[in-house]
Amino acid sequence: MAGMVPDQTPSAAGDGYRRIVGPLLLPTWVVIGIFLVLPVALMAVYSVLTKEFRGGVDWQFSLAAYDQFFLNRGLFGDEPPTLEWTYITIFWRSIWQAAMATALCLAIGFPTAWFIATRPANTRGIWLFLITIPYWVNLLIRTVSLKFLIRDNGPLNEALMGAGLIDGPLPLVNTNLAVQLGLFYSYLPFMVLPVYAAVERYNFAYSEAAADLYASRWVTLREIVLPIVKPGIVAGCLLVFIPSLGAFLAPDLLGGAKTFMIGSLIDEQFKGSLGNWPFGAAVSMILMTLVMIALLFYARSTAKGGAA
Amino acid sequence: MSDAIDIRRVVKRYGTFTALHGVSLTIRDNEFFTLLGPSGCGKTTLLRMIAGFEDVTQGEILLFGQNIAGLEPDRRPVNTVFQNYALFPHMSVLDNVAFGLKMKGMAAETRRARAGKMLEMVHLSAFADRLPAQLSGGQQQRVALARALAPEPRVLLLDEPLSALDLKLRQAMRVELKQLQEDTGITFIFVTHDQEEALTMSDRIAVMSAGHVQQIGSAREIYEAPVNRFVADFIGETNLLEVDIVSVAAGTARVTLPGGHPLTCPSATDSLGKHALSIRPERLSLVAEGGDLDVTVERVVYLGTDLQLLTRLQGGMEMHVRIQNSARVTVPKVGDRVGLRIEEGAARLLAD
Repeated sequence: MAGMVPDQTPSAAGDGYRRIVGPLLLPTWVVIGIFLVLPVALMAVYSVLTKEFRGGVDWQFSLAAYDQFFLNRGLFGDEPPTLEWTYITIFWRSIWQAAMATALCLAIGFPTAWFIATRPANTRGIWLFLITIPYWVNLLIRTVSLKFLIRDNGPLNEALMGAGLIDGPLPLVNTNLAVQLGLFYSYLPFMVLPVYAAVERYNFAYSEAAADLYASRWVTLREIVLPIVKPGIVAGCLLVFIPSLGAFLAPDLLGGAKTFMIGSLIDEQFKGSLGNWPFGAAVSMILMTLVMIALLFYARSTAKGGAA
Repeated sequence: MSDAIDIRRVVKRYGTFTALHGVSLTIRDNEFFTLLGPSGCGKTTLLRMIAGFEDVTQGEILLFGQNIAGLEPDRRPVNTVFQNYALFPHMSVLDNVAFGLKMKGMAAETRRARAGKMLEMVHLSAFADRLPAQLSGGQQQRVALARALAPEPRVLLLDEPLSALDLKLRQAMRVELKQLQEDTGITFIFVTHDQEEALTMSDRIAVMSAGHVQQIGSAREIYEAPVNRFVADFIGETNLLEVDIVSVAAGTARVTLPGGHPLTCPSATDSLGKHALSIRPERLSLVAEGGDLDVTVERVVYLGTDLQLLTRLQGGMEMHVRIQNSARVTVPKVGDRVGLRIEEGAARLLAD
């Protein structure tokens, strides 16, 4: 899509433009350097160092962390290596949990964003404001509150039992669903806001034109609305999926041993003397690489779609 | 000729605001019909009601005899050319044109072929694979036209489709639109606030103002026999004179002009008293003596083909006169006192 828009850069005055803007970009480069390049570089370096037993690292090159992630050499490390499934399973579970949380956010967030974007312009701000209110409360407290809501003798189960819909309490805490709910609750605004921005810009004359050309409401949504607001949906999905993938609060508080996720795995590596910094760094590197590969694939597929 | 659309006492209210006050009109099949009026007169609301985008508060709309009030837009055999075209930005020009055919369930090959034909008709075959944003305004307008015509609607609705184009293109498109309407035989309902557009293309025009239809008629009828002040003033240029009716019978009135001369003229009213007399500037001519009105020339404006004279009656009323620029004309000078002769039957008494 971006390729269609004419380039607004004043190319005729290119050199002068660059001379002025160059120094002005310096703060940006400093911020990117300190907050992006440096931490990633540190992580990459730490992931190939040797583990120090009291936490921390020895400055000695070692691929032990990656070896531990991918290969199983038996209890004493002397057997022929086979593929290690423990961490791959955790990765797979994390991807699944994050995907489910993203799907939940989309299912609730899209109608919400649509609702807000179709209110009169002067009331939209109020609706957006209401959406953000719960997020003034600390994430930890919100997650704990959710646990109280869905536990066996919490209000949700009490209400369902009181209404006679269920006989005994639904076991919600310590399940995948609880973790998904926690992630959903944590990141819902990250779905609502970009989708809202896209829907707000959507020109409803397109929907009228589609209806005029014999498209039903459902077909209009699928063929016209969704493709046009897709950038907002994709942005929302990324903003929910990526932090969900590495989240550790929701899985720690709402899940159990069976719902262990990457975030918790990494978190553990940096806690006390049981930790393993190079391994934590290596897991982070692998996670980041996966996300980047997925994003690259996505970018390539949309670039092709946009040209057609 | 059958009626394509029959609008019966249609009322549209938005809360306490009434956009249409019981509008009735019939549009014939194969007709180029124009809804003309200033912005806010209700013309677009009426068009959107025919398309199905607005509910009818009261009254009914019949499409070829069938009441369509409850039908969703996608179930009406009418298509619309939108004011800003509303071309789907993510689809190629060809896919845009083929969209209505796809929705009607036409097979991919057939609809591509037909959409291609439509693009040929609007001279855009070379642009089939482009996105709408890569076309100029005039080209987008043609795509919108092709898209709306592709499903062969029985009625085509056009909502100020030329307003976004520059003057030259607009003038060229007027001729093309009329030609297209005649070639396809589809009923066109055209909404515009531009009286020149309406006059050049339409078989019939409904002049609207403040939610009422003021007059329906051919371009000539509307221009030469306006029923009221609004129509006379909105269509073209006119001189409105307050006159006393001496007698009126069978559509003809005898009036006394300012200055005392009597005049017999067609009348849209049959009540006595003071009424407005409409006289088009080009229906006045200069005479040395025996004129109907005596005026003083205040300004002479050279317009190339014409000369426009701004003159003033003794009572203070301004009179515009338009005469052809020719070698035989003796151009009066500012300050000259001249007589104006009203062409036989050209002055018309209005209803209000």
